[in-house]
Amino acid sequence: MPRIELHAVDYLILSVYFVFVLGIGWALRRYVKTGEDFFLSGRSIPAWVAGLAFISANLGAQEVIGMSASGAKYGIMTSHFYWVGAIPAMVFLAIFMMPFYYGSRARSVPEYLKLRFDEKTRGFNAISFAVMTVFSSGISMYALAKFFEILLGWNFHFSVFISGVIVLAYIFLGGLTSAIYNEVLQFFLIVLGLLPLVLLGLRDVGGWHELIRKLSEVAVSKGFAPGTMTQSWAHTGSAASNPLGVEWFGVVFGLGFVLSFGYWCTDFLVVQRAMAANSMLAARRTPLIAAIPKMLFPALVILPGLIAISMHYKTKGMFLPVENGQPNYNMAMPMMLGRYYPAGMLGLGLTALMASFMSGMAGNVTAFNTVWTYDIYQSYIRPGQSDKHYLWMGHMTTVVGILLSVACAYAATRFNNILDLLQLVFAFVNAPLFATFMLGMFWRRATGHGAFFGLLGGTITAAIHHGLTLPTGTQVGIHGGWLGTIVHQYPSDMAQNFWTAIFAWTVCFVVTIVISLATVRNKTDEQLKGLVYSLTPKIKDRDVPWHKQPATLGIIVVAAAVVLNIIFW
Amino acid sequence: MKLDIRMPMGVMFVIVGLILVVYGAMTGSDVETYRRLLGMNINLVWGLVLFLIGAAMLVLARRAMKSPSK
Repeated sequence: MPRIELHAVDYLILSVYFVFVLGIGWALRRYVKTGEDFFLSGRSIPAWVAGLAFISANLGAQEVIGMSASGAKYGIMTSHFYWVGAIPAMVFLAIFMMPFYYGSRARSVPEYLKLRFDEKTRGFNAISFAVMTVFSSGISMYALAKFFEILLGWNFHFSVFISGVIVLAYIFLGGLTSAIYNEVLQFFLIVLGLLPLVLLGLRDVGGWHELIRKLSEVAVSKGFAPGTMTQSWAHTGSAASNPLGVEWFGVVFGLGFVLSFGYWCTDFLVVQRAMAANSMLAARRTPLIAAIPKMLFPALVILPGLIAISMHYKTKGMFLPVENGQPNYNMAMPMMLGRYYPAGMLGLGLTALMASFMSGMAGNVTAFNTVWTYDIYQSYIRPGQSDKHYLWMGHMTTVVGILLSVACAYAATRFNNILDLLQLVFAFVNAPLFATFMLGMFWRRATGHGAFFGLLGGTITAAIHHGLTLPTGTQVGIHGGWLGTIVHQYPSDMAQNFWTAIFAWTVCFVVTIVISLATVRNKTDEQLKGLVYSLTPKIKDRDVPWHKQPATLGIIVVAAAVVLNIIFW
Repeated sequence: MKLDIRMPMGVMFVIVGLILVVYGAMTGSDVETYRRLLGMNINLVWGLVLFLIGAAMLVLARRAMKSPSK
């Protein structure tokens, strides 16, 4: 594989970035005096900063490298992760869920579960979430270290070490505020570092229409209809007729509803950013402000993948590295950087990737910090200590969280497409979770036992479904089928993940209802005030100018997403 | 806000923009480097864009600091 050679100017740009990231942590260290400062930024973050941090924490290396890989592999259908997946869920979070998260004064998502249901539901969620964040952060670390090793010849261990140390330093110094401020910086770096890549790539392919023409040829060469790489809905009548291997129901229900709502509405990694906002109105606007750039990201992360695969086809297989006769899709973004950026811009592009990696990792580490300290340590290990003690614990957990991520980075070396692995974990842990929150927030009769056994049932269902099915062309093991018999074969990993999520959600939903009806309520209406929709006074936004009203913004965002879906139908 | 994030961001983009502009101007005659980019000196062009964005952030941060709204 061709190595990219870095010049002094590239290292200079990378160092400037490191200096500023650490400098921000250093400048913020004096504001960290209490646990609330460290874990929740003292609830002082303005809406636009929280919004950009919200989206940046999600814009990790998995997103940038994984989405361009999926773009190259599956085509424009990858946009479903944005225009069907993310946007509706973000709007729902802003309008219907933030009032309860922010209004309940819960310090974390698991803590909300404790207030709404009971201790065991919180414990189950806290522990599974803690494991997941460490795992995600480890994958992020692995992806970048691997990528720098292949592309630049950097030592794998060196990359893991340097990135770990920098993220550790700035979170240790400034806590969540430092992570959030750096996420805003990283957001601008990622956008400004990758945008010229798309412009240069499009120019090289010969413009938009030429790209579409090339992609049709790619689709045909894979044995699909010409439009399958360039149309997002037209070929979703059956799973076999598109490269993603999913039919419309799997997309709408599996991805759009279960997986996306599970992630955006209940994942503390993103919700924490909104909880740090300086007012209820700011907290509700946070996901909506985030939704605007999110809607445009396909142009930044999927389009490079499309350009890469069409160039791969045009050059007769000379663009992407080929392994076992298949192009290595994960190399789509790196190969684009190597091809289109000269020294100078290359430094900027690599800094953007470094930033995306760090923002993803820092997001996970800060979420892990809080959940460990408040929901596990304070609740089960050492309750009743001083705030100072928990602040100290937060600092220690940052160190431990980074060390665990390093361990995971060395373990995560098996999948062809990083995103598939991540979706798999989300499906096990997050998919049933949204059923619990939905019933918790909108049905006051849901009980603690119902929620706990529903979650447990959903997660076990996810594991069993995964163990009994296998995507075509894969080996039994981490891809599924490990329960001995294979009941069903899916056309792709993605299809299997969507359906795992659908089964998990449905079982959790049904079990929670049945057990709730069979058990007595453990919370009175008075206790559930501020936690359940029907028992909470509605927020009136009459005095707020229209462009700051969550409902108005939500409608605009959803309408724009509908238009985008129609354009790329 | 404890610290206006536009301040450090603005300074960083101004610095990175300047680095790219200077580097682009220095290497502009190097036809080989920019040939595959269809003759476009992307360092010079994008360096300028970054510089302007950074400067705009600084202006906004300064204006917010001066305004008596707090």
